[in-house]
Amino acid sequence: MHLAYPAVVSALLFSIGVYGVLARRNAILVLMSVELMLNAVNLNLVAFDVHWRDRLHGGQVLTLFTIVIAAAEVGLGLAIVLLVYRNRRMIDVDRLRTLAEDGTNGNAAGERPDADARHGAEVSSS
Amino acid sequence: MTGPEVVFTLLGVVAVGSGIMVVTTRQLVHAALWLVVSFGALAGGYLVLTAEFVAWVQVLIYVGAVVVLLLFGIMLTRAPIGESEDLDSGNRWVALGVALATAGVLVTVLVMGFRDAYTPLKGDQGAAEGLGASIFRTWVLPFEVLSVLLLAALVGAIVLSRSDIGPQDPASGNGKGNR
Repeated sequence: MHLAYPAVVSALLFSIGVYGVLARRNAILVLMSVELMLNAVNLNLVAFDVHWRDRLHGGQVLTLFTIVIAAAEVGLGLAIVLLVYRNRRMIDVDRLRTLAEDGTNGNAAGERPDADARHGAEVSSS
Repeated sequence: MTGPEVVFTLLGVVAVGSGIMVVTTRQLVHAALWLVVSFGALAGGYLVLTAEFVAWVQVLIYVGAVVVLLLFGIMLTRAPIGESEDLDSGNRWVALGVALATAGVLVTVLVMGFRDAYTPLKGDQGAAEGLGASIFRTWVLPFEVLSVLLLAALVGAIVLSRSDIGPQDPASGNGKGNR
């Protein structure tokens, strides 16, 4: 097999992941796009490992490690997303602008984590 | 085109097409299900590349665990089931430009660099025996470090998602902003 086939497929998958990370608003969809990018990297690693016939299987072992790290990343990321949802009642990444410098754009008053929202969230979750 | 190239091209078309569906569909649950299709096609691609152990790990962890985790995330954030109109943010055209530029640069460079590279596919590179021996002989230290990392990540996820620990009373004043 020519090496250009898996290389081109992984490049296209990586670009799709880049588009998803930049264009999506929902945080879970952003996590899905990150998974697409990690899969593109995995495909590249496997293809080049098979191409160079690595005796230590470095590419495939690193692919397994990347899969494990992706699982840990998606677990932690979903925990953080759920925490944000519990505090803010929404997970749109372009409206979470509390840490932005200007702090004016698209930050409505109801999205602040004031005491009422937190209290309501904890009451409804308990 | 030889036989494996044809099969890999078909699987690649399926993977890339379902990936495009993941980032363009208007329904959250459908995005997760298209992700299953994309990961399955990539596992088939690993099988064509004779990396069979990686293919089964991909099916087990990605299709079995990660997608289920994402579906639980969709469910727990009370996402709407039907079509939702505002899944794309305002900078999607800029994002499309960046993605097309990335695809152009990467595909051009890879095709120019590896146009003549040919890989003979023999069936002994990705078997579980050699891979396991390599993991537990050469790469055993990163393996152990990774197991500790996975444990730390799981403990962190549990701590983050529990609501009965941490700052308890929001009315007492010092609970806010501590997290």
